[in-house]
Amino acid sequence: MARTLIKSPASAKRGDVIEIHTTIGHEMETGFRPGDDGKTLPRDIISHFSCHYNDELVFEAELFSAIAANPYIAFHTVATVSGTLRFTWIGDKGFKHTESVALQVT
Amino acid sequence: MTPTTTNTRRQLLRAGAGLGAWLLVSPAIANSTSGDELAAAIRSFAAGAPVRSGRVLLDIAPIVDNGNTVPLTVSVESPMTAGDHVTAIAIFNERNPQREVAKYTLSARSGRARIDTRIRLATTQQLVAVARMSDGSCWSHTVNVNVSIAACLEEVV
Repeated sequence: MARTLIKSPASAKRGDVIEIHTTIGHEMETGFRPGDDGKTLPRDIISHFSCHYNDELVFEAELFSAIAANPYIAFHTVATVSGTLRFTWIGDKGFKHTESVALQVT
Repeated sequence: MTPTTTNTRRQLLRAGAGLGAWLLVSPAIANSTSGDELAAAIRSFAAGAPVRSGRVLLDIAPIVDNGNTVPLTVSVESPMTAGDHVTAIAIFNERNPQREVAKYTLSARSGRARIDTRIRLATTQQLVAVARMSDGSCWSHTVNVNVSIAACLEEVV
């Protein structure tokens, strides 16, 4: 299991714009770097990130090899109702990781 | 015999000059090729809309010590309402092995058009952030970044 770090407010007022920071432990091997044997190491990156707010897609990112290791993404969303924010990272070699956090909207 | 010698000498000089010119021009050609690729990648993202400069701010350090992890922020001037918002933001580079860096999908539910991330830079080059608005218009900001230690070449510590 990959390690993730998510910074998201536990509560917000309805209509507030909240900022969400996410990081996931991943080496993001570019597919352009030679290994010790001189052969190019195969690409192994996280290529897709999404955030669902109560099962509705509110943010999506397509990542390429130029994203640094342990991809960090910060973005915003409007707090509408209390519920769950679900984050999904998808990548090469069948990589898939999901995390959820609760958001209380007052 | 004399005219022939002169001719040969002239030809040789001409060839030499040509070679010099070729050497001078070739890096420019290499640059323009990656520049063309960059322009093509941006055109494909804009999907036919003209890309105007403005409304987008690509905030990145102008001098980067370590190209392995470079923080950057893209923010776009937009009210982010249902009728007028940013639908996508993309970041492109000029001289990494691949022109695309990242593409983000936003909506009125984003509330604010701002993205933070960390990227890799292989060398000193241009970076371009492009935003696509809900009316289909595209806006961009281009920044030059100097890189001291390149990503991709050095081992990640």
